[in-house]
Amino acid sequence: MNPWPFVFAAYAVALIGTLGLAGSSFAAMRRAERAADALKDPR
Amino acid sequence: MHIFANPARFLRLARPLTAWLGWSGAALIAAGLAWGLLLAPPDYLQGETVRILYIHVPAAWLGMAGWAGIAVASLMQMVWRHPLAGVAARALAVPGAVFAFVCLATGSLWGRPAWGTWWEWDGRMTSMLVLLFLYIGFVALAEAERERGGEGRLAAIFGLVGAVNLPVIHYSVLWWRTLHQGQSIGLTGSSIDGSMLRPLLASTLGFSLLFASVVLMRMRAALARQKVEARMKRMAT
Repeated sequence: MNPWPFVFAAYAVALIGTLGLAGSSFAAMRRAERAADALKDPR
Repeated sequence: MHIFANPARFLRLARPLTAWLGWSGAALIAAGLAWGLLLAPPDYLQGETVRILYIHVPAAWLGMAGWAGIAVASLMQMVWRHPLAGVAARALAVPGAVFAFVCLATGSLWGRPAWGTWWEWDGRMTSMLVLLFLYIGFVALAEAERERGGEGRLAAIFGLVGAVNLPVIHYSVLWWRTLHQGQSIGLTGSSIDGSMLRPLLASTLGFSLLFASVVLMRMRAALARQKVEARMKRMAT
């Protein structure tokens, strides 16, 4: 059995999961902090 | 730990740490995985499939470490009522669930060529699947409590009780007959050859740093949302 398709599929699952998690967490943080900054008193 | 329970003090530390942990984690992951894929030797028995080790082990470690973090944060929430403890527990849940899923998926992809099966209901794999279900339950419970305006005490109790599964996962390869191999890395040494151990440690450290960065991002997002909600409530009254 050729092992490489299994190796590449495993790396793809890990990288998609990690990048998706990091990207969505970063976007949620930026969105929430912008909303909080927008509420600041302009004085 | 008590020093960082203050949200303002926590944010002063978290803002620079988020980027530093994220970029150093990403660099170490890239180096560790390139090392594991291109430079480390194949295993004498498993051949090239052993390269799945460099992502499967960090995912398993982070899946379990995430719940250990939830249990510690839940204990702090129950005992000292730290304002950040519940936020930390909720921030750990989704990243922990993602890595528990990655551990199961990469394990399945490793099992097919190594054992001839995608899945086996043995102690290690079943207890890891239970961990994934516990994460999903924790996320649902914590979110439901937050929407009702609760303090998250039910989720904290769930976080503490769910920690019972961690020693079951760890010792499952000793307690039951299993396809999964036994422990290879302990506190006092490792049975893995140095040529494979070094890239494994690099990728594990890299994924751990990135995990910490993601948890900080989610904590910062939760604190910013709390700030907006509190302001909206003040404006409404």
